[in-house]
Amino acid sequence: MKKTIFFLAMIAIVTSAYSQDKYFTKSGKLGFDATVPKSPENIDAVNKAALCVLDTKTGDVQFSCLMKGFEFDRALMMEHFNENYAESDKYPKTVFKGVITNNASINYTKDGTYPAKVKGQMTMHGETKDVEAVGNIISKAGKLQISANFNIVFADYKIVIPQLVADKLAKTAKISVDCLLEPLKK
Amino acid sequence: MKQLLLNGFAILLLSTISLKSIAQEVDLLDLVEDKTPKKEIVKNAFKSIRVINGHSMEFLSPGTMDFRILHRFGTLNQGTKNFFGLDQASMRLGFDFGILQNLQIGVGRSTFKKELDGYIKYAPIRQSTGAHAFPATIAFVGGMTMNTMDFADPTITNYFSSRLAYYFQTIIGRKFSEGLTLQLSPTMVHNNLVPLSTQPNDVYSLGLGGRLKMSKRMAFTWDYYYLINGIEDDVNYNPLSIGVDIETGGHVFQLHVSNAVGMNERAFITETTSSWENFDIRMGFNLSRIFQIKKHKK
Repeated sequence: MKKTIFFLAMIAIVTSAYSQDKYFTKSGKLGFDATVPKSPENIDAVNKAALCVLDTKTGDVQFSCLMKGFEFDRALMMEHFNENYAESDKYPKTVFKGVITNNASINYTKDGTYPAKVKGQMTMHGETKDVEAVGNIISKAGKLQISANFNIVFADYKIVIPQLVADKLAKTAKISVDCLLEPLKK
Repeated sequence: MKQLLLNGFAILLLSTISLKSIAQEVDLLDLVEDKTPKKEIVKNAFKSIRVINGHSMEFLSPGTMDFRILHRFGTLNQGTKNFFGLDQASMRLGFDFGILQNLQIGVGRSTFKKELDGYIKYAPIRQSTGAHAFPATIAFVGGMTMNTMDFADPTITNYFSSRLAYYFQTIIGRKFSEGLTLQLSPTMVHNNLVPLSTQPNDVYSLGLGGRLKMSKRMAFTWDYYYLINGIEDDVNYNPLSIGVDIETGGHVFQLHVSNAVGMNERAFITETTSSWENFDIRMGFNLSRIFQIKKHKK
């Protein structure tokens, strides 16, 4: 009897382990800001169609977005971003693959705000670099709101800023992440 | 034995759990990515909405305005007397507006004959890649010019309609690669009034324009119109312009050499009275600055 119960319990654990362990969104918000302080020209954009997948069991988190999905206030700035800087025809996607280093301390099923540290690699403009970020995971009503901020240096990704506009564009960009993840049903 | 079997089965179950999670660690994105190919309009075939003189296959983004200042100097073969033509200048001021992704309008005024001009440009099909790809952009341009100078002979009956000319053009262009764009523009210019009865009111021509991109911000361009009818020996010639486009942030500078002094279709197609053979060529530049009139909602 004891063994049967044990066996049934095993099955119960196995099946429950498969549900609710992956969360995703296809409309994550990614922002970037490369405005030079005190400059009259704002250089910022928002991508509202980022893909994000989070595996709560392992802490693996992955992002992907199309460079042409970044929306700017000015159409010409967007054209230059795609044609001259990001070279979106050659490198259409930016991908981040990482892991939440303090995943064990986050209780995804319990409502609350949990600080999170992410470490991983970002591939952009054909270059792959290590990225570390700090953020929050807010669990509410079965959904996860993740937000994070980090900086990237354009030169790291071989994005060339010509001398002519060197004082109009910052050398580092502030990246902000804001995604609402829902459970992935297989 | 039973105990062993049960334990063994439990271990097997446990191991399948861990195996499954390892297998999916590799690419989570694959689970949600939308792999259907999407249609993408090809952009930036030319850096500007004009090749040099003629319209290009490129459209302004909706809500933007292109402020254009065109300059044509005097002919180079005048030597130092007129500083190789720099002492004389002909100018056109123009404003072009992007209405939709494939609809554009523009107005301008040239000092040459004090001519006003306006046009509408529309592309029913644009070059695209991905789903439902199309190999070229096909655009139609309809324009009108109006000469606003005083009539040469005020004593005779002068008609207002004599001031007007019209042009219709089809642009078929293709961006072959990041480095090469070519376009064909069959054009018809209708002059309401021509100087001599031997000259046709309707002039048909074929425009050949293209660009060779040298670097991210610099390109070599050429703009040629071959007149099918309407050429009179030693009176008028086919206009040919060759130049360099330089893009700097919000401005595009087009520096070129041409035999045409006119800057609207009627003038440079039907009234180019200088020829390359006689070295009656002139330097010129187009200066273009894009302004965002209507902001994108982010």
